[in-house]
This record gives sequence, structure tokens and C-alpha cells, in this order.
Amino acid sequence: MSGITLTGVGKTFDQTVAVADLDLAVEDHELLVLLGPSGCGKSTVLRMIAGLEQPTAGEIRIGDRVVNDVEPKDRDLAMVFQSYALYPHMTVRANIEFPLRARKVPKERRAEQVQEAAEMLGLTEYLDRKPAQLSGGQRQRVALARAVVRRPLAFLMDEPLSNLDAKLRAATRVELVDLQRRLEATVVYVTHDQVEAMTMGHRIAIMDRGVLQQVGSPQDVYDRPANLFVARFIGTPPMNTIRGTVERGDGGLGIRFDAVLLPIPIEVVAAVDASGLTELVVGVRPEHLAVVADGTGALPATVELVEHLGHEQHVVCRLPDGQLVTVRQGSHRPAPPARSSVRLVAAAEHLHCFDGATGERVA
Amino acid sequence: MSRRGRDALLGYALVLPSLLIFGVFVFYPFGRNFWLALHRTPPFPGLPSKYVGLHQFGDVLGSEEFLKSLRVTLLFVLYTVPTGIVLGLLLAVLAHRELKGIGVYRTVFSSTVATSVAASSVIFFTLLNPQVGLFTYWLGRSGSLSVLQDPKTALIFVSITTIWQNLGLSFILMSAGLQSVPDDLYEAAEVDGAGARARFRHVTLPMLSPALFFAAVVGSIMAFQAFGQIDLLTEGGPNGATNVLVYSIYRDVFTSGNDGVAAVKAIALFVIVLVLTLVQLRFAEKRVSYAR
Repeated sequence: MSGITLTGVGKTFDQTVAVADLDLAVEDHELLVLLGPSGCGKSTVLRMIAGLEQPTAGEIRIGDRVVNDVEPKDRDLAMVFQSYALYPHMTVRANIEFPLRARKVPKERRAEQVQEAAEMLGLTEYLDRKPAQLSGGQRQRVALARAVVRRPLAFLMDEPLSNLDAKLRAATRVELVDLQRRLEATVVYVTHDQVEAMTMGHRIAIMDRGVLQQVGSPQDVYDRPANLFVARFIGTPPMNTIRGTVERGDGGLGIRFDAVLLPIPIEVVAAVDASGLTELVVGVRPEHLAVVADGTGALPATVELVEHLGHEQHVVCRLPDGQLVTVRQGSHRPAPPARSSVRLVAAAEHLHCFDGATGERVA
Repeated sequence: MSRRGRDALLGYALVLPSLLIFGVFVFYPFGRNFWLALHRTPPFPGLPSKYVGLHQFGDVLGSEEFLKSLRVTLLFVLYTVPTGIVLGLLLAVLAHRELKGIGVYRTVFSSTVATSVAASSVIFFTLLNPQVGLFTYWLGRSGSLSVLQDPKTALIFVSITTIWQNLGLSFILMSAGLQSVPDDLYEAAEVDGAGARARFRHVTLPMLSPALFFAAVVGSIMAFQAFGQIDLLTEGGPNGATNVLVYSIYRDVFTSGNDGVAAVKAIALFVIVLVLTLVQLRFAEKRVSYAR
């Protein structure tokens, strides 16, 4: 049992709140990704789990043990740093061996385990080199080998791929997922890269300004963002969000965007009605918007430009109030000419409605 | 005149002032010293000095007096350098943490850099005074021979004074070295299971080795060139117990008036310092950068 449980965990530096009242449970054998923009507190959470920072509130458990007062060295975790933090004066072998030596593992067992870890990460021919003689990708692997060599209870990874170039990053991502599966390891993985989060995480925990916004499977988070922050943070290009006012007419509820009054989709009417909201933000992902020549229940817009990406195209349109929205469509579709007037429609089931004041999801 | 020619002329013109200063105060004395070393100084001033070639080198460098002075100098280096580095490192490690008011400690620890040799020598001279010195009292030697007049202890107490004088520099060098060690290395070692002692041994010391090496070489050079504290505390005595090379050179010139002998010793000292400098340059290139 090597799950990690955080209960009401907070961290305040002087006056600044880095992490506020965080409840999060990492399951055994799970790869949980902590995702968020820089400064959102995700690294602080990781460092508190590692014991490198002391939480100012709450309780951290690893397995069944409360570790708040346990030294990092006694937590039985391994950490991979963004900088790799390899010991520059030691050979690759000595680097990988270090956690074993620090824990007084007998010499023969050490050699065996180092060999095994080196084989796992394809480092056997570099064992006698110094880190300075390795490429970025190789150093990254040494950092991983140093983490896996000891088979700790859980792995903590702090943006381990961010110093690699794009191609190597994609390849290493796949390797990391494979490694996690083979070791059946519990991993807490910090990143600001949503592609890493979506592709690697069993679950994603999204943070902003020290507050946990949503936890869920990648698909879940994508399909049902809990609030506007998550809605806008996940997805490229980001979700279009349009602010409007709720109007109660004789025929039911409508939402007004400037001059246009659109009926509120039947699926969310009840929720909106019950909440008594007057301001609503409607979100729709670019792939769920379609450009049509004209139609009822559609938003009028002007085409600004079309970006061709080969496999798809992004039609950037301007709404009457000046806001830009993006429509994503297949590259085989005819691109509307720039400056032309079009209408945008979306299926009701793909609309996300958020409270205009709090940003929380309504339906 | 061609453009190149004009540029060159301007270049020489700009270099000229410093060339003059160096010429008068460095190059000429340096050359003159070799001339002196090759001539025997006459027993009475005014008589012509006699060219003796390398003869004088053999005489001086083989003399009992020179060898004793060299031995004293080496002992002085041995007493001052390692202790100074260890103490500097100790203070640097103590001051290398985020505590309120740690800046005060850092300032105090490095303050001896801003203290002149003369002033600190006088302080120690007073503390070691056989009648009123506080240290003399603590050492239980009040009323008896001053530790600076006892051949057995004089060099040790001159060394203690010197260590104190150089402690600030040593502290600054070690602090700078510590600050250049990335924090994540310590954190990695901590998570990897290393305790405080293991982190010091496996991370701090190896990462500090360039700074330690630099401090050792520079400290040795400084020790070989020490003069002020010896002049003020013991004047090379008692019975030559603190007569380091520089001081013996000084005495040859200003007491004995034997410039030739002094010149030979000065060349010997020059060679020693030159070798140390070359060692530093050579190893510095090899060892200082742990490119990551």
C-alpha cells in the first residue's frame, strides 16, 4: 500500500499562500499528474510530499504513515528534478548507486541493482562517464535510473521532460509511461504541459493559484471542466468562452449576446433556472463549432483569418462585440474567405455553461 | 600613414603610461635584482661590486641560514594554511543557512579582511604581552617569558595571528564556494537518503574542491610572502625562530646591507611563488568547472 493522501494541506510563505487547503489522494500504482501554470503551487505540493518543504497546515500520509515530521531521507521516495540534479563529480554508475550507498545496501547487491537499472534505461555503455559527457536525454535517463534503482514506495517527478527538445520529449514521454507500467509505480508527476498531462496521467489534478481546481481522468477533465479556469487551460486551441445575459421570456430561457438572443439548450435550462443566474459564460470547444452560411440559433461572425495546419484548419472569427473565437475543422473542408460574414453553430450537447460571477460549471 | 599604422600608433600611445609605471616599479627592479644576484656586494659601501656569476647562488642557497629560513617558512605555511581553510569552511557552513540576522554573522566572520595587518598585529601583540596580555594570563604565563620570545612557541603564535588575519578571506572564499553549489543537489541527496554528514562528504566537499584548492594555493602564496606580522610581533626572532624568507631578505638588505645575498633569496622566493601560481593555473583549468 503506497498511496499518498493529502488532507487539508496548506503552505504559506511569509504572507503568500502557495497552497491552500488541498485534499488529494494518489492511488497505489497510479500516475497522477499535477498540472497548472507556473506559480500555481504544484511544485510546492510535490516538495511537501518529498519533505523538502514543511506544510503549514494539514496532514500528509504515505501509505498508512503520517509523514509530516518524517525526514525526506526516511520517506522512501525518489525524486526526479527538472535540472536532473546529477552529482557532477560522480560517474553515471556512482550517481545511480548513490541512493543505495546512502542506505547502506551491501556492495554486491548494489552492483546488481545498478546494472539492472542501467539496463532498464539503456545506460550500460555510459556507466563510467561523468554527467558532463552526456547529452540532455542521457542525463535525464541517469536521473530516472537513480530514482528507480532503489524501488521506492513512490516516485516524484518535477517537470522531468521540460529541458528536452520537442522530439526527445515525445519519445521520453512514451518511455516513461512504459516504465511506470512495468514497475507498477506510484508516480506524482508535475508539469505545466497539458499534452504531457493528457497523454501520461491516469488522472490529472489541475491547480491554479494554490487551489486545486479539478481532479479527474484526462477525458473527464476535457469533457466536463469544473470551472472556467480548467475549461480555458485544457485544450489547444483553448475553449471559446462567450459571456451573455440570461433572459426570461415567455417561451422559456434565452441568453443574449449583444444583439443576438439564443435559446438556452434544453439540457441545461433546468440547472440555469434553478440557479437564478443572470450572467452566464457559455463555452464551446473549437472542434464543436461549425461555420455555416446562415441558420437560425447561430452567432453571426466575420472571418478574420484561416490557419492551415495540414491535418486541420483553424478558422478565427470575430464576433460582433469584437471577441475572437476559433473554429477547428478538417483540412478537407472549404475554408471560408477572409472578411466574409458567416454564422457559427454548435450542438447543444457540446455547450458548457458557467456561472458568470464565480466561473463554476452550471451544467 | 596607413590606417593600420595609425591604429597601432594610437595603441602604443595608450599603453605607454602603464608601461612606464610597470617599467619603473616592476620590470626595472626585477631585472636589477638579477644583476644584483650575479654580483657580490662589497663589504664597505662605495667599493665596486664584483661579478661572480652563479657562484653566489650556490653559496646562499646552500647556507645554513637560508635553509633554516626556508624550513621556518614551510612550517609557517603548514601551520597557517590548512587550519585557516578548515576554520573558514566551518564558519562558512555555519553561516550558510537562512536565519534571521545571519548577515550580521557573515559580516563579522569576514571582517578581518578589512583589518590591516598592522592593526591586528598590534592587537595580538597586546594580548600576548607578558605583563598585561589577556592571552598570556589565560595561558598561565604571566610574568614569565613572552610566548613571542620563546623559540618553541614564537612561530606558533605568529601563525595563530596570521590565521586570524586571513580567516575573513578564507570564510569569503568558502562561502562563495558553498553558494555556487546548486540547492537541488542537496535536495536530491536528501531524498536519496543521505544524512547531513553524508551530504557534506559526498556533495559539499567534492563540489567545493575547486574553492578549497584555490584557497590552499592562494593561502600558501600569501604565507610565503608574509612580512608585516613578523616584523611587528617578533622581528624574525627569537634566534631566527620566525625568520621567514621575506623577513630574512629584508634583514639582509636593511640590517646587513648585503644586497647580493638578498637578491638571490628573492629569486628563490620568486621561483617558489611562480611554481605555485603555475600549479594553480594548470589545475584550475582542469578542475574548477564541473560543467553540467
